[in-house]
Amino acid sequence: MALKIVKGSIDRMFDKNLQDLVRGIRNHKEDEAKYISTCIDEIKQELKQDNIAVKANAVCKLTYLQMLGYDVSWAAFNIVEVMSSSKFTYKRIGYLAASQCFHESTDVIMLTTNQIRKDLSSPNQYDTGVALTGLSCFVTPDLARDLANDIMTLMSHTKPYIRKKAVLIMYKVFLKYPESLRPAFPRLKEKLEDPDPGVQSAAVNVICELARRNPKNYLSLAPLFFKLMTSSTNNWVLIKIIKLFGALTPLEPRLGKKLIEPLTNLIHSTSAMSLLYECVNTVIAGQYCCSLGSVVLCVQKLRILIEDSDQNLKYLGLLAMSKILKTHPKSVQSHKDLILQCLDDKDESIRLRALDLLYGMVSKKNLMEIVKKLMLHVDKAEGTTYRDELLTKIIDICCQSNYQYITNFEWYISILVELTRLEGTRHGHLIASQMLDVAIRVKAIRVFAVAQMATLLDNAHLLTGNMQRNGICEVLYAAAWICGEFSEHLENPMQTLEAMLRPKVATLPGHIQAVYVQNAAKLFATVLKSQEGNTDGTAAQETSQLMIERLPLFVQSANLEVQERASCILQLVKYIQKLQQKDVEVAEEVSALFAGELNPVAPKAQKKVPVPEGLDLDAWINEPPSESESEDEQPKAIFTKEEHKHSRPRHTEVDEKELAKRREARKQEQANNPFYIKASPSSQKVYQESTGVEHIPVVQIDLSVPLKVPGLPMSDQYVKLEEERRQKQRVEKKKKEKKKRKEKHSGRGKKRDSGPESEEDITPAHMVDIVTEEMPENALPIHTPITVCDIQGNLQDGSQVVVSVIFENKCDGFLKSMEFNVLDSLNAKLQRPEGSGPHDGLTVPFQLPPGVSNEARFVFTVQSIVMPQKLKGTLTFIVKDSSTHEKLDFKLHFTCTSYLITTPCYSDAFAKLLESGDLKCSSVRLEGVSMPFHHLLARICFHHHFSVVERIDSCSSMYSRSIQGHHVCLLVKTTVSIDAKCDEPTLLGNVLDEIKQTFSQC
Amino acid sequence: MRFLLLFSRQGKLRLQKWFTPISEREKKKIIRDMTSMVLARQPRSCNFLHWKDLKIIYKRYASLYFCLAVDNQENELLALEVIHRYVELLDKYFGNVCELDIIFNFEKAYFILDEFLIGGEIQETSKQVVNRCIESSDMLQETMEEYMSKPAF
Repeated sequence: MALKIVKGSIDRMFDKNLQDLVRGIRNHKEDEAKYISTCIDEIKQELKQDNIAVKANAVCKLTYLQMLGYDVSWAAFNIVEVMSSSKFTYKRIGYLAASQCFHESTDVIMLTTNQIRKDLSSPNQYDTGVALTGLSCFVTPDLARDLANDIMTLMSHTKPYIRKKAVLIMYKVFLKYPESLRPAFPRLKEKLEDPDPGVQSAAVNVICELARRNPKNYLSLAPLFFKLMTSSTNNWVLIKIIKLFGALTPLEPRLGKKLIEPLTNLIHSTSAMSLLYECVNTVIAGQYCCSLGSVVLCVQKLRILIEDSDQNLKYLGLLAMSKILKTHPKSVQSHKDLILQCLDDKDESIRLRALDLLYGMVSKKNLMEIVKKLMLHVDKAEGTTYRDELLTKIIDICCQSNYQYITNFEWYISILVELTRLEGTRHGHLIASQMLDVAIRVKAIRVFAVAQMATLLDNAHLLTGNMQRNGICEVLYAAAWICGEFSEHLENPMQTLEAMLRPKVATLPGHIQAVYVQNAAKLFATVLKSQEGNTDGTAAQETSQLMIERLPLFVQSANLEVQERASCILQLVKYIQKLQQKDVEVAEEVSALFAGELNPVAPKAQKKVPVPEGLDLDAWINEPPSESESEDEQPKAIFTKEEHKHSRPRHTEVDEKELAKRREARKQEQANNPFYIKASPSSQKVYQESTGVEHIPVVQIDLSVPLKVPGLPMSDQYVKLEEERRQKQRVEKKKKEKKKRKEKHSGRGKKRDSGPESEEDITPAHMVDIVTEEMPENALPIHTPITVCDIQGNLQDGSQVVVSVIFENKCDGFLKSMEFNVLDSLNAKLQRPEGSGPHDGLTVPFQLPPGVSNEARFVFTVQSIVMPQKLKGTLTFIVKDSSTHEKLDFKLHFTCTSYLITTPCYSDAFAKLLESGDLKCSSVRLEGVSMPFHHLLARICFHHHFSVVERIDSCSSMYSRSIQGHHVCLLVKTTVSIDAKCDEPTLLGNVLDEIKQTFSQC
Repeated sequence: MRFLLLFSRQGKLRLQKWFTPISEREKKKIIRDMTSMVLARQPRSCNFLHWKDLKIIYKRYASLYFCLAVDNQENELLALEVIHRYVELLDKYFGNVCELDIIFNFEKAYFILDEFLIGGEIQETSKQVVNRCIESSDMLQETMEEYMSKPAF
């Protein structure tokens, strides 16, 4: 025995201790792994010895290695051995190792229960303390259950050192073993009033954490905590208590009122920033119950934080500001200067916070100023990520809530064009989509946009010159499209056409080239039109020659889309050239290729399409694929019935979450699509409220300003311009006000005299045109100036229909130069005076003063009358005092009924007709009609142009004739069924449908 | 509080304390993320980061980074105080603490931390009390060590 001890202590002298190990590792930088593996071998040897000191030393070294990332789980049992040593030195090391290495799935933890219990009840408080500390790290549900009682007893230990540890460990125990909470809670509550401040703060800590998880149960403690809050001077504890109240107030609003006073006091008095910040945060979070005054106080204090030189305070101040912004935007907006200053900060996270804040602070009044400031930063910014962030923020700020804050779109277009000069940005597509969106939706801006885009196309080499900047060439996509689509606004279409056909274009990405080719063709059409008008045929031929020379470059493109479009257009141009050589005028027909305007579609448009009867969208088209088919491992499963049963519901079940997710994704997609009108609730409301033509864009371009700035535009001019415009408005307003005051002879109007203009006073120069395709059948939107009153067939000519249209001016402007135009279909055509082209509109032969209506008639030729038909048309007009054309879209609905003409018929002729056998039979039942029989007949006669032939008690026969001589016979019974005969079954079917519809509406 | 990490400017871990049980693999991933994120920060930036649903508060003392992760509702400034208080405690114990002190006496650094924080909560806010506790438990250990280092024969 003695020999063994001697041997052990001699061995120990040669063992490495922790310091040796650390030193060794530092000395073996090159072959650290190898050195450590030899060390681990040594440690394994040491662990095999009986001497506990050697083992403890080994475990200590292992703990160090564990931190370096080596796996030491194999030594778990040895750690337990060291933990159970009776000597504090080793016990301490053992527990430390355990707390670092053990986790819930370490199986040896089971073995420690009794050892820990023994240590907890040790007379030595440090033994107990070490056990508690260890337990806090590796407590498992089992340990929590077994030791809950022991720890609970320790909460009333004589030594505060143990008490506070026990209280804190109890929290971990509650988490692992919630059943222990109920019995332990009274004692925990007691500890809130423990004489020792450490124990007290521990209890506050634990209850605060518990209350954050489940505040309801801790409301009863509010008075006690309130007392603590007003009496405590320990900031650590105060912060916890305030946090606790933050969790409680949502459940008990009265608490908020009571708290506001001590919180404000603390905000005023404390010098500790952490406490101040906590108070401010709690006040902000409980805003619903506090006064405006306290918010203002918070904002003031936050301003001090933001102005501080400490980056941390700055950051937190901005963070808290953004929380206030959500509920009290006004109080934050007054600190715009400060937020803008933060954009200059060195710290990127602070700059990003400030940007976030700016997004919420924008108003119509300050948008230009803020964006101008941001543009300056874009130029200065280092590092592409931050610059990209700035760029997206600028666009976000401008386009938020459907361009709500933009009053001048020329300015916005200029900003977008300026942004294209950014080097190396990834957000070319973002700029492009904005350009497209604005150009399509703000009609008044097109002239300007087209001019800018033409400049961009002209300078395309600047954008694409550097390979690094290829992200930006997406912009050319938008530029080419806008120039092509709205080419009628181009100043010099020929120059743009040439720019689009430069050989350099072939280096652009395929999808952009495709747009180039397509829009070159549109431009070509425009150019031809203007050149043919000039009577000189050679210019037009030269243009065609240019196309023929340049297009082959694109025909050779590797991109399929480009190739296809180019070769198609090339052949077309060759054909055109042939015609030109024969002196045929072609411009009209070429431009017909691209006629019609691309209108945005309202997001709800799809809903308007009725689901055809008998179409069940939820039904499976094919048998749903069974789950088992895809699982190759289980081919047999196909034949087992249960498998099918299992798989069916899985497919048909509509998962709400999944649906919502898809819907969200679709919305996202629509939001990003420039051709969708964003569903913004506010704009929609405005639209519905407006009566008359207020929603029609009214252009107020100040023509004194030179619009065409050579080279790329500068957006700065708009800031000044806008100022001037507003100044003018203000002056006008003042004048009006003065007048009013004079009339009233009262001095009460004074207050508004020189005050700052409010948000509402700023009228936008351009408005976004929001088209909603919500047209009622057979007519135009109710609040538009024209309605179709009647469509009547013409007996003299079997193919003519006369449409009477009532134009009513509901706006308060004088309407003139009205032109009525309809997009002809194959079947129905608007009759135009001789000599006019197939797309010319008809001039409405009158002008309309406000509030007046008048009727005009238009003749259509219809070939086949067996089907109902819808035609689309537009009405263009000029509101007096503005020089631009306004446009109104409408639909004409030709029902089959409108082709019928009331024709009297005698009963004997009627009987002959029925007997002839030429007529096809059909019948229909009218559901839910409860009107007197003669009313029913009258209705059919009135709405569908029938005449009664004969009426016998419970039934009546009726007759009508179409403009093309079809006979339609009806037998209507009081059982509200209709038997009908006609020599044209399609016509009959449609007429019956229409009758049915008439009665379903009443 | 979720965890506390100490690492050097080179990204070498010096101390790790996890207040909630996490698997070894995840720990390694988190350590990797933290060191790369914190070391990439520009000087004179603020000391707060957002990472997943946690707030990361870090502070550099000489060549050592102290990095503390707390829940989202926690007070950042308080967390900075916690870090600072721990540094003060180390300083008091080692007397002008340096990185090497923590490397060679890493278990002591843990013991001090255990007296200050327990289970992710502040245990003792008074510096004096913490120091007294550490000294007295060290006394207990020192006597043991003296006893053990005596030759056994």
